[in-house]
Amino acid sequence: MSTRIVTPVMEFADLLPQDYRELVANGPFFARKGLKDLGTFKEIIDEHPHCAGCGVALGVRLVAASLPAPADTIIIGTPGCSFFGLAQTAVNYSNTAFGNQNAVASGLKRMLSLRYPDRHKDVVVLVGDGGIADIGLDMTLHSWFRREKIVTIMVDNEVYGNTGGQESGMTKEGQVLNMAPGGKKFPKIPVFEIAKVSGCAYAAKVTVASPRMIEKAVNRAVWVARQVGPSYVQIYTPCPTNLKFPPDQTVRMAAEAEKSYYAAEEFITDEAAKCLQQLTTES
Amino acid sequence: MAVKQSAVSADELLFAAPRKQAFITGSEAVAEAVKRANVEMAIAYPITPQSESMHLVGDLYAGGYLKDYYRGENEFAVMAAVHGASLGGGRVFTATSGPGTLRAMEMFPVWAGSRQPIVCAFMCRGVSLPPSIQPENIEMAMLLDTGMLMLHAENAQDFFDMILKGYAVAEQPEVHLPVGVFVDGFFVTHTRDLVMLPQEDLKLSAYDPACSPVPAFDMETPPVRIVRDPLLNKSNFISYAANASWHQEVLAAAERARKHLNRYLGGLLEVENREARVFIAASGTAVSQGREAIKALRSEGFEVGLIKIKSVRPFPTAELIAATEKAELLVVPEFNAGGWLAREIKAALDYNSRVLAGPRVFGGMTMPVELIVSEVKKAMQEKGLAKSI
Repeated sequence: MSTRIVTPVMEFADLLPQDYRELVANGPFFARKGLKDLGTFKEIIDEHPHCAGCGVALGVRLVAASLPAPADTIIIGTPGCSFFGLAQTAVNYSNTAFGNQNAVASGLKRMLSLRYPDRHKDVVVLVGDGGIADIGLDMTLHSWFRREKIVTIMVDNEVYGNTGGQESGMTKEGQVLNMAPGGKKFPKIPVFEIAKVSGCAYAAKVTVASPRMIEKAVNRAVWVARQVGPSYVQIYTPCPTNLKFPPDQTVRMAAEAEKSYYAAEEFITDEAAKCLQQLTTES
Repeated sequence: MAVKQSAVSADELLFAAPRKQAFITGSEAVAEAVKRANVEMAIAYPITPQSESMHLVGDLYAGGYLKDYYRGENEFAVMAAVHGASLGGGRVFTATSGPGTLRAMEMFPVWAGSRQPIVCAFMCRGVSLPPSIQPENIEMAMLLDTGMLMLHAENAQDFFDMILKGYAVAEQPEVHLPVGVFVDGFFVTHTRDLVMLPQEDLKLSAYDPACSPVPAFDMETPPVRIVRDPLLNKSNFISYAANASWHQEVLAAAERARKHLNRYLGGLLEVENREARVFIAASGTAVSQGREAIKALRSEGFEVGLIKIKSVRPFPTAELIAATEKAELLVVPEFNAGGWLAREIKAALDYNSRVLAGPRVFGGMTMPVELIVSEVKKAMQEKGLAKSI
């Protein structure tokens, strides 16, 4: 996307919403912005109707602010809490049927590669744990098996939040939730481990307590997806509403998880490592 | 390798280009259509009786006619991937059958709601239970209100033409809706027929995403926040009104398709023997069986007319009313247990006691001409029409 497309002609500029003018003048499209710049630029997501203290809202915001090229990024979503912030994002965002995100992204990425063979159009799937690990697991895995050059990011709040707090496959074993009245009977689905053996060239597991790690993981995931193959980032985004902790404790909950069962991990294939090395050298 | 093709307008390809006769199966007719459709990408998932056609589309990809093609993991995923590819601003094709249609069901209203000119062929077959891979078109009943345009091919010639005409209509800026081209599986897909084909060195001109009423998802249009507040899950009048008006626009687009369908198909329906008082009204291969029944009835001295319904969505309500103004009996033979076409016809006409919903066959049964003949004669006698002819 060029500046010419979004910059309004002088005569019409004052007719456009303030929000739009701010995005053009001070958005992340033409000057590289990162997490360190948060608070100084107009973000592609800057309003949301999530609950107070929502980990997903924080995760989505951090991912959006970490994208290396939002001017050429298309986000594919799925129904669920992640939708609430993303529906208002200032990049092309598609949300169709529950769980089909990696199939939609496969078709979209291939078509954009045909139409723009000399440019990078980053297709990023950004959805919750139910969408990836439960209803859409088959399509997630098949996109990895096929080596689709897309980025898959899970905001893992370990629960179906939007539908009222039901157990998901990513819920911890023993957790009592709706539809798991006696506690969940099996462990978290090991999507990160599955990613490593299913064709992902890069995978990272992080939490919202470590924004810098999210930024690094998202950047690496996008670069690897451009050059090598599928990539996966799993972010722990605790849910105060359904997991019943005070909304000002979200980051603390994430930090505690990081010290115990949600330790940061990174997986990089040799080919992806070479690609990242090359990028580091170039930059 | 692909022959060198020249891109021409739909009108030139469909109306002006000289045609030559070929003796091919319905599945081969699909491939011949896709070869000339300038499709950028096709995605396939096997199911009987669709599979052969998508094998042949794969061969077209291998031969350089398409730029991308792959086998997806199931029909829901395929229809989702086709949706994604179409969002990306290119021309796409896929096909499925019966249970595959039902597996993919959630995506069809999505295609219509996102105003995508996807053309999908449906090689209709039975759906479980009891399991059947045999011809039956009950799946069409389930798609009537998905928002897609629905054309029902009688034979391989229709199938070939309707796929290409489907793109011509679907991609009109004022239409921009998906088109389902339906055919009764096996009867058309697995039998050979004479089909008139335009030369293979011609193809439709490329799809232009700039002609779409909604922008392609390529980040090449201003990234305005098009939704300031999520419409989904909002309980307020504005979100209901926005959602409802979008629905109305999808329905209005289908209405605007009528004039284009009239031009390309030569009418949403065809009528033979307009003066008749008794008609057989049908779609798909039931039309062919109806023709044979009409010949048999004529040899016994009964004059029966034929109404061939080509477009099921939009439905030719006004045309049907006009064609049946003097009719006293309409017999509607169908290849399904539900009788959806008879319901559609009854809903369109006044004095719908004139409509005999049947005969119907299903589960793979064929439709003997004798069955239609006996049903027509029985109904004529009951209505006191047999004596008057």
